[in-house]
Amino acid sequence: MEYLNIIFQESYKILFLLVPVLVSVAMIVWLDRRVWAFVQKRQGPNVVGPFGLLQSLADALKYIFKEIIIPASSNKVIFILAPIITMTLALIAWAVIPFGVEKVLADINVGILYIFAVSSLGVYGIIMGGWASNSKYPFLGAIRSAAQMVSYEVSIGIIIINVLLCVGSLNLNDIVVAQKEMWFVIPLFPMFVIFFISALAETNRPPFDLPEAEAELVAGYQTEYSGMMYAMFWLGEYANILLMCALGSILFLGGWLSPIDLYPFNLIPGALWLIFKILFLFILFALVKAIVPRYRYDQLMRLGWKIFLPLSLTYVVLTASYLFYFNLLPTI
Amino acid sequence: MIAHAIFFYVFSVIAVVSAIMVTVSKNTVHSVFFLILDFISISCLFIMIGAEFLGMIMLIVYVGAVAVLFLFVVMMLNVAQQKNQWFVSKDSSRHIPIGLLISVIIFFELIIVIGGWKYKPDLFNSAKSSLENGVSNTHSLGQVLYTDYIHVFQISGMILLIAMIGAIVLTFRQREGVKKQSYLKQISRERTEGVEVLEIASNKGVKIDD
Repeated sequence: MEYLNIIFQESYKILFLLVPVLVSVAMIVWLDRRVWAFVQKRQGPNVVGPFGLLQSLADALKYIFKEIIIPASSNKVIFILAPIITMTLALIAWAVIPFGVEKVLADINVGILYIFAVSSLGVYGIIMGGWASNSKYPFLGAIRSAAQMVSYEVSIGIIIINVLLCVGSLNLNDIVVAQKEMWFVIPLFPMFVIFFISALAETNRPPFDLPEAEAELVAGYQTEYSGMMYAMFWLGEYANILLMCALGSILFLGGWLSPIDLYPFNLIPGALWLIFKILFLFILFALVKAIVPRYRYDQLMRLGWKIFLPLSLTYVVLTASYLFYFNLLPTI
Repeated sequence: MIAHAIFFYVFSVIAVVSAIMVTVSKNTVHSVFFLILDFISISCLFIMIGAEFLGMIMLIVYVGAVAVLFLFVVMMLNVAQQKNQWFVSKDSSRHIPIGLLISVIIFFELIIVIGGWKYKPDLFNSAKSSLENGVSNTHSLGQVLYTDYIHVFQISGMILLIAMIGAIVLTFRQREGVKKQSYLKQISRERTEGVEVLEIASNKGVKIDD
């Protein structure tokens, strides 16, 4: 009986987190398309609902009623598993994102490692989808994305080490609290820029959307998918983008802390601040998509291994020596 | 405690079954997927005994990087048609006795090593006490690695580095006549060397880039 109670309580909490995340994913797709359109002097989706807000719901409805086509020569089990894995991995990482001092689903000690691990698993959805489709374009897309995500994870990991050096804890709430005096974006600004670019590459966003480069690979690993399975890939992708924005705002922009610790700003709850910061980063993501042309594959690899990796490694040495010299290393 | 036991048995059954499936399954790509499942369930077991750092690192390093490279190689080999044909073709079944012999030897070696292992009598107590003191698993691991075992730690890092350099040196080859993009050259191009104003007489034309 006791277990059942715990399970019910936890399920309520999980639903309370997941439903807003899913709804905001739908909204964020609309925002993405709007920003993209405004940069190009178009209107974007503005017909369904006020300002076109319900466009994503209409799209989702359409996807649900479309037929799911499974290619005859595909590996059926893996073909069906791939979008499910993408979606699940994109959603479970939200368990450790703190929205306030106590407002977190699972306050685990190694929160940042958990997010890093889950986002590094995200590549499997793409590889499985690409391989199981048994077709040339998806396979090429899958191979590209595998190489791309593995290379950019390395630099993200080293950037996280920079932040952890200043915090002295792997807990996400501790990371936020450590920024009470100064957001890490100020001392670690170069790392923030590199993190932002690596996050673009990690989530396969333009200008690094080579796995689904429509000019070369039709739609990359999604080519053979249709209906709800395609929609799941698509939802998972945007949930991942939101997650990367949340991670960026927790690591560098002070998470749920208000920018100034003064009277009128204190009243706004921390969760709202976090949402503002996520939105800010997401609009940057959308602007980059609209403005920057796609990279070539060798340029992408060069950027990851030859520029970001040495730069972030050097910055680790710099941060560590600075903290050590001025005796600022965090004590546990 | 019952829930703990249930989770333990679920994860260990998954780990053992998927380890068996790695060797049994006919498609090589399926083997790699089972290997990944094995890694994941083992990292869950690590987390269950309180070694959260180890579990997460297992996920990041083995599942997130090593297994991706495995998949990469296996998928490149076009093994969809290549089926395992143990016990069917004469060629491969010849190797079975040797394989069995080696696996039996490894099995007994493992038994000898684990059976001869001397646990510190207060090992389990000290593990518990460090958790109760509020020192996290990650913190205590770091303190041991960077103080008592710093030399071993550094040397193992060095060995990995040497292996990496070796692999790069072995596969590196400089090809002649390949066009390369020099970013420095492109960026440092000035207007004076890129643009040239020519006076062209009418009906004559001019030779460019000769």
